[in-house]
Amino acid sequence: MSEISLTVNGKRVSGAAEDRTLLVHFLRENLGLTGTHVGCDTSQCGACVIHVDGKAVKSCTMLAVQASGSSVVTIEGLADGADLHPMQAAFKEHHGLQCGFCTPGMIMAATDMIGRHPEGLDEATVRAELEGNICRCTGYHNIVKAILAASETMSSKGKVRQAA
Amino acid sequence: MGIEGVGARVARKEDKRFITGAGRYVDDMVVPGMKHAAFVRSPHAHAQIRNIDVTKAQAMPGVIGVLTGKELKADGIGNLICGWMIHSKDGSPMKMGAWSPLAFDRVRYVGDAVVVVVAETKGQARDAAEAVDISYEELKAVVDAPKALERSAPQIHTEADGNLIFDWELGDSTATNAAIKAAAHITRMKIVNNRLVPNAMEPRAALGHYDKAEDHYTCWTTSQNPHLARLVMSAFYNVAPENKLRVIAPDVGGGFGSKIYIYPEEIICLWASKKTGVPVKWVADRTESFLTDAHGRDHVSTVEMAFDKDNRITGLKVDTIANLGAYMSLFSSCVPTYLYATLLSGQYDIPAIHANVRAVYTNTAPVDAYRGAGRPEATYLLERTMETAARELGVSPAELRRKNFITAFPHQTPVIMNYDAGDYAASLDAAMTAADYAGFAQRKADAANRGKLRGIGMSCYIEACGLAPSAAVGSLGAGVGLWESAEVRVNAAGTIEVLTGSHSHGQGHETTFAQLVNQRFGVSIDSVSIVHGDTDKVQMGMGTYGSRSGAVGMSAVAKALDKVEAKAKKIAAHLLEADEGDIVIENGALKVAGTDRQVPWFQMALAAYTAHNLPSGMEPGLKETSFYDPSNFTFPAGCYVCEVEIDPDTGVTEIVQFVAADDFGNIINPMIVEGQVHGGIAQGIGQALLEGTRYDASGQLLTASYMDYTMPRADDLPSFKVSTSNTPCPGNPLGIKGCGEAGAIGSPPAVINAITDAIGITDIAMPASPSTVWAAIRGTKH
Repeated sequence: MSEISLTVNGKRVSGAAEDRTLLVHFLRENLGLTGTHVGCDTSQCGACVIHVDGKAVKSCTMLAVQASGSSVVTIEGLADGADLHPMQAAFKEHHGLQCGFCTPGMIMAATDMIGRHPEGLDEATVRAELEGNICRCTGYHNIVKAILAASETMSSKGKVRQAA
Repeated sequence: MGIEGVGARVARKEDKRFITGAGRYVDDMVVPGMKHAAFVRSPHAHAQIRNIDVTKAQAMPGVIGVLTGKELKADGIGNLICGWMIHSKDGSPMKMGAWSPLAFDRVRYVGDAVVVVVAETKGQARDAAEAVDISYEELKAVVDAPKALERSAPQIHTEADGNLIFDWELGDSTATNAAIKAAAHITRMKIVNNRLVPNAMEPRAALGHYDKAEDHYTCWTTSQNPHLARLVMSAFYNVAPENKLRVIAPDVGGGFGSKIYIYPEEIICLWASKKTGVPVKWVADRTESFLTDAHGRDHVSTVEMAFDKDNRITGLKVDTIANLGAYMSLFSSCVPTYLYATLLSGQYDIPAIHANVRAVYTNTAPVDAYRGAGRPEATYLLERTMETAARELGVSPAELRRKNFITAFPHQTPVIMNYDAGDYAASLDAAMTAADYAGFAQRKADAANRGKLRGIGMSCYIEACGLAPSAAVGSLGAGVGLWESAEVRVNAAGTIEVLTGSHSHGQGHETTFAQLVNQRFGVSIDSVSIVHGDTDKVQMGMGTYGSRSGAVGMSAVAKALDKVEAKAKKIAAHLLEADEGDIVIENGALKVAGTDRQVPWFQMALAAYTAHNLPSGMEPGLKETSFYDPSNFTFPAGCYVCEVEIDPDTGVTEIVQFVAADDFGNIINPMIVEGQVHGGIAQGIGQALLEGTRYDASGQLLTASYMDYTMPRADDLPSFKVSTSNTPCPGNPLGIKGCGEAGAIGSPPAVINAITDAIGITDIAMPASPSTVWAAIRGTKH
C-alpha cells in the first residue's frame, strides 16, 4: 500500500492504494469520480482519458502512485461552475454523443487536441488525432463536427481575449 | 411543429449528465457492504471437467466465497433457455442443449463460466480466481459451422444429434425450383457473412443485492430490457419470484442487441449475494466481453437467383448454415429464421422464394441478434447477388434494381411479410443524385491517373422493424408478446411523467418521448420527465431492440396521451361550461374553439387533483396507461451508395464517399435519427472492412482485445451524406418505421459492391482488410 496525494480538479486529495492500483481505479473507487470510464484492458478505447499536469493521459496506463504530486483534471472538473466548457457545449449542440460512455474521454482528448493545435483544426487532423478514442454509437460524424465547432468557438474567444 | 415538438432538432435533455461525467452506469453503483466477483472461465473450447479444487482459493486474502455449478444446481437455479421455438421442416422441435449458468460437467467454449469467486476487492477476487484448480479432459473442438455438420465432428450437446439444432425452411420449394429451371439467366453465389463482436463501449456488468430481512432481490444490470430480465430470471431460472425481484437498468452504455439477453453473470451475482450475504458486483473486462457477449452474424449461404429474358427476377433459392455457437442464446433461433428469410424478397417483386436454414452448434461464443439481426444477412446476400447479376447481364445495377422494385402497396411477399408502404425509387433517385452517380466515370478516370482503383457500389435494403404484433410472433414461435406499455402521469401542478417500457441506451428517449408530449399538450420538454429502466417504477414492458422504441414504444405513449387528452378536455369543458367537443389544446391551455375562453393546462391539472369541481361521476386524478400491440411490422427501406479508392500497392481501401437515402416514415427528431444512421453505417463499414472475429481450429478466440479486433476509428471513416424521403407508416398512430438498424443493414453490401467494382472481381471476403484486398488485386493480375 502507498499513500498518494495529488490535486484533482483543483482540490488536494490523498488516500492509500495498493501499488498495483491504476490511476483510473483510484479516481473512480477511492475518490468516487465515476465520470472517467474503463472500456478496455489494453489502453485502446480512450474512455479513461484525463488531464495530468496539463496533458491528456489514458488513466488506465498510469499507476495511481505515479500520479502522486500531480495535478489532475477529470471530466467532472472541466466545466467552470455551471458554465459548460465550450467542448461540452459543442458535444451537446452537435449530438456528439449517444450512450455517453466514451464521451468523457472524447471530450478530455478533444480539449487537449485543441491545445496542441494553436493553428486550428481541420477534419482530417481531428480524425487522425482521435485514433486513440473509440466510439461505437456515433460513427464519429458528429464528434468530429462538435470538435471542429468547439475549436472555432475557442479560437474566436481567444481572439476576443487577446483584443481586450 | 413547435420548437420542441415532433420534427424539431431538439438538443438532448440527457446530455447534461453525460458531458459532465454524471452519468450513472452499473459500474458506478455502490451499495453499502458491496463486494466483488470474478469468474473462472474455461480456457478450453471443449472439455470434460474432471475435478474442481477450490481449497487454495478459499484461503486467499479477502475471499468471502468460492462457488461452483454443483452448488448452483443444488439451489435449484435453472438452465438458460432460448425463448423462440423453431420447428424443423420434419415437424420436430429445435434441439436445445442444456446451458448451466456455471458449467459443472462439460465446458463448450472458451469463456464458459465454471466458478465464481467473491472477495473484498476486485483484485483479490481475481487473484483467488487464478488459484482455483480445475482439471479438464480436453475434447476435440469445432468452430466452423459447415464442419460441425460433418460426420467426423465432435458431438457438442447430447440433445442435438450431429450438432444440428434445426433444419428449417420457408417458402415454396416446388415453385422456386420450377422458376430456376425455366430461367433465362441464373446468378449463383456463395455468400459468407462474417461473425462480429457487438462491442458496446460499456462492458456488461451486474450488481446483485439480496436483502435478507425483506427476502427481496435487487439487480442492477446492463440491460436493454429489464422487465424481460426479471420475467426470465423469475420464471425460468428460479432466482426469485417476480414480486421479490427488482431489476434496474440505469444508464447503459450501448447495446446493439448484445444486452437483450440474460447472461449467466447477472443470475450468479443475485444467487451469490444470497449465498454469501453481501451485495455482489461483477464488471466484465474487455476480453471477457469479447469471449462471452453474444456475437452476431456468422452465416454461410449459397444462393441462386433466376431471371427471365427481360431481366425480371423469377425465383430465389437460398441455403444457409447459421452458426449459433456453443449454447442457444435467448433469441438466437429467430435471427437466422424469421428475422432473416422473411426479408429475402428485399425491395423486389419475386414470385417464388425458398430458403432452407440449418442452425448448428459449434465450440464458440453463443450467437444472437446484433444490430439488424438477420436482416443484414438477408440484405447482404440479396444485394451482393443483385450486383453480380447486373454485371453478368451487362446492365446497370441501378436499373436492374429499379426494374424489379415493388411499386404497389400493400405487397404480399412469398415469405410471410406484407409490406405496407414504401417508395423505393424515391430513395434510389435521392441516393444517386446525392452521390453524383453520373459523374463517377470521370472520378474513376481521375483516380486511375493518380494510380488508384476507384469503385462504386449500391445497396437497396428493406428491413422489418417495430417488433411486432404479439399474435403474429406467437404463431411463429416467440415465447413472449412484443407489445409495449406506457403510463402518463399528469401531476397536480401540470408537469408530466411518462413511464415507458422502452429502454434508452443511447437512443435519446428522454428527449424524443418528451417531444411527443410537447406536440400534444404544448408543455415544455423540461416539464416532462421520462422514466424507464426500473421494474419497481414502470409497469411490465418489453424493452428496446429491433428499432421498436419509436414505432411501438412511442405509439404506446401516444395511446396513453389520447386518454389523458380526452379526460383533460372533459375537465376543461366542465370548468368552462362548454361542450367537450369544442375544446382544443393550444399553447399550453385548453380553449373553447373560436372564443377567448380558456383554462391553463396547470389549472386543469390542479382541478383534476383537488377534485372540488369535476364532472359528475368522474374519478379524481389524471393518469392513464396503455398497452400497445402493433398490427404489423414496419418496413424501413432505403438506398446506400458507397464509393471507394483503393491503393493497389498497399491494398488500403479509403471510403471516399458514403451516401444514405432512407425512408423511416415520420420522424420525431431528425438530429437523433441522423445520429442513428451514422452509427449504423460505421458498424456496417466496420463489418465490411475491419471487423473479423477469428477462432483458431482449437477454439481459441484470437481476436479478443482491441489490439486484435479492429474497431472502426474516426480515421477509417468519412463524414456521411444522409437524407430521408419518408412515406408514413400506416401501421401505427405516429407513422414511424424505425431507424436504429438501417445503417448496419444497408452498408456492408454497398461497400463490398464498391470494392469488387474497383478491383474488377466477383467477390471478396469480409472484412476486406488491406491484406485481403492486396491479395485479391494480385489474384486478378496473375
